[in-house]
Amino acid sequence: MSYPEDMQASIKKVEKTRRERMESDDFPMLSPEEKEDLLQKYHPDYRDDAFRQLKIGANSGDSLPHEVVDILEARSMIDPDDFALEPDRDVDVLIIGGGGAGCSASLVADEMGADVLQVTKLRMGDANTMMAQGGIQIADKENDSPAIHYLDVMGGGGFENKPDLVKALVMDGPRVARWLEELGYMFDKDEDGRMVTRHGGGTSRMRMHSARDYSGAEVMRTLRDEVQNRDIEYIEFSPAVELLLDDNGSCSGAVIYDLELEEYMVVRARSVILATGGFGRIHVSGFPTTNHYGATADGLVMAYRAGANLLFMDSTQFHPTGAAFPEQIVGLLITEKVRGLGAHVVNAEGEQFVYPLETRDAEASAIIRECEGRDLGVTTPTGMTGVWLDSPMIDQIHGEGTLENELPAMYRQFDRFGIDITENPMLVFPTLHYQNGGVEIDDSGETAVENLFIAGETSGGVHGKNRLMGNSLLEVLVFGRRAGRAAAERAQNQDYGDLTLEHVRNYHSEMEAESVENDRISPLLLPDYREED
Amino acid sequence: MADGEVTIYIMGKAYRVPENLTIMKAMEYSGFKLKRGVGCRGGFCGACATVYRIKGDYRVQEGLACQTVVQEDMYLSMIPFYPAIKKSYDLEELSPEENVLMQLYPEINRCLGCNTCTRSCPQDLEVMNYMNSAIRGDIARVANLSFDCIMCGLCASRCPAELVQHNVGILARRLYGKYMLPEADHLQKRLEEIEEGVREKQVEQLMKKSRDELKRLYNSRYIEEEE
Repeated sequence: MSYPEDMQASIKKVEKTRRERMESDDFPMLSPEEKEDLLQKYHPDYRDDAFRQLKIGANSGDSLPHEVVDILEARSMIDPDDFALEPDRDVDVLIIGGGGAGCSASLVADEMGADVLQVTKLRMGDANTMMAQGGIQIADKENDSPAIHYLDVMGGGGFENKPDLVKALVMDGPRVARWLEELGYMFDKDEDGRMVTRHGGGTSRMRMHSARDYSGAEVMRTLRDEVQNRDIEYIEFSPAVELLLDDNGSCSGAVIYDLELEEYMVVRARSVILATGGFGRIHVSGFPTTNHYGATADGLVMAYRAGANLLFMDSTQFHPTGAAFPEQIVGLLITEKVRGLGAHVVNAEGEQFVYPLETRDAEASAIIRECEGRDLGVTTPTGMTGVWLDSPMIDQIHGEGTLENELPAMYRQFDRFGIDITENPMLVFPTLHYQNGGVEIDDSGETAVENLFIAGETSGGVHGKNRLMGNSLLEVLVFGRRAGRAAAERAQNQDYGDLTLEHVRNYHSEMEAESVENDRISPLLLPDYREED
Repeated sequence: MADGEVTIYIMGKAYRVPENLTIMKAMEYSGFKLKRGVGCRGGFCGACATVYRIKGDYRVQEGLACQTVVQEDMYLSMIPFYPAIKKSYDLEELSPEENVLMQLYPEINRCLGCNTCTRSCPQDLEVMNYMNSAIRGDIARVANLSFDCIMCGLCASRCPAELVQHNVGILARRLYGKYMLPEADHLQKRLEEIEEGVREKQVEQLMKKSRDELKRLYNSRYIEEEE
């Protein structure tokens, strides 16, 4: 499938301006004032109509995206007055989630001798960890240090990050790199074993480690293989739908729901780790997403109902260049490297309207302005709008073959649909990429709810209000391991609690009292795409 | 027949769907709320292995449901799970010797050289090629040729000799990563420094600084130049 006629007409205009654009190549960067103005007017985080006040729970009063409020102000699947809390299973550590953080936690808790049960909604490894392409930041080179990494993380996050969490992140990095080496991770190295490293957005040292284009997939398949080798028990297609507390409000297990048999299982645990990932698939402000199918913020909902508090949930990371055409790959990440190699971002008329390497938030806002504010986007047959990312420039600047060598995955991705991106530009629109905020934790991963640990994208604070590329792979490993260790230690001197769903009952009462009753049930578990078209 | 629509047969049952959808989106369009056979939806996770045949053609073809566009008269079925053998091993106990792949997966000798695995790979990997390397005990070559494997298992599901190419691949990659890639010296040094405590002190000094001081340091920090 190539581009339909009206889109081809716009491509002609892009081709027509290409030479002149390439020759001058002087589109100015935004001034700080222009950038602020652009963000205020067009970044989804600043749109008042995209937010409303949360009325219940620890964060009541916070202004959050409608979609987040919708899942928080919703009832449990479980009626606490009509549910038998007879434990079907007793374990030391219950780990909820089968991604990078969950598997890291499992491996460490298992090493410490804990009896571990891991449950996951889809298959083991169906997680955003699998999709991370860019790499992992680790301060292990001579000209770098954890302190320099710390400063980069804080600056990137707008200095809002929780310092103790950032310290844990950067200090554990080298240890995590060694752990990966020991597990047989195929780091990109030169022949002496030196790590091949690059810059990422916002890094002051080249500390982006990688395993070709598959840095995250290599993490995920390696950890999954090791969980399987160690015979750690895991149950797939069985998400948790509610946490269980004891009389003292400590986390004591969870209700697991078998998606296929549609049956509940009550698991009693001495400690619980939530590692269920972020919220891409709730499609904040209607945006498409780069996230995997299961990213529906289940852990966020369950932890909040159990009494944990949230940080920075008003902040969402949009990647400026998601695919907008063809329909099959809408939302798919188109790496920043395309712009790094010189490709311009241009509108339907073939005009440049933004410097290609603004920060992600500003670049995304400018594209939204072009499409929604100025009506200079290109509309696809399915009604998406987008702007052109002028990829044919890459070979013209750097020589034929560059694009295919540097961006093989991307080239293949479009080639499958009959689009040769060395000849034709790609249509792009911002895509929901990452949940910057989440549940507040301490540096062992423990939340305000005793015995409840969280690792990975479900947690908030590590990245402040903006995550840098390469710090999320690091985060899942660092905090997965920390939570695994802390939860296993806790389990050694923790008795089983008397299970209760009182917190759910109270939550429902609070919904009634605040008049936010509705028919919504959460966690969502799976997005529903049957209504499309 | 409406314009721009095709008939597909999901597990034998006919549905009319828009012609440009992927198999996955066509199933959702038809009313399926997927539980199995769906993962990253971006071609990275291998959850949505699918086999299909076009009416009138005898050949069964393979693809990922999230990446393959429907065609007129396509008969399809997902293979969300395939009972492929996966050996458990302790990587610490293994050594990267020539015969290690053969010891764990002796059936690789049964390879018929039919190339069905290569033809069925949605990642266009040289699967049979790396299975030949596996038989010869060339771990490095298996690791490198299989690197882009998403472990969908389509190769194994189609193999007449019942090999598990994807599981042999990950064993080779882990052996290669652990034993054949040299360890990073600079990483070892950094770990020793962390052990001594100097690196932690540097971070703690930054933690004591006010937000304004931190901002000033950040804005004036040296940025390493790309070579």
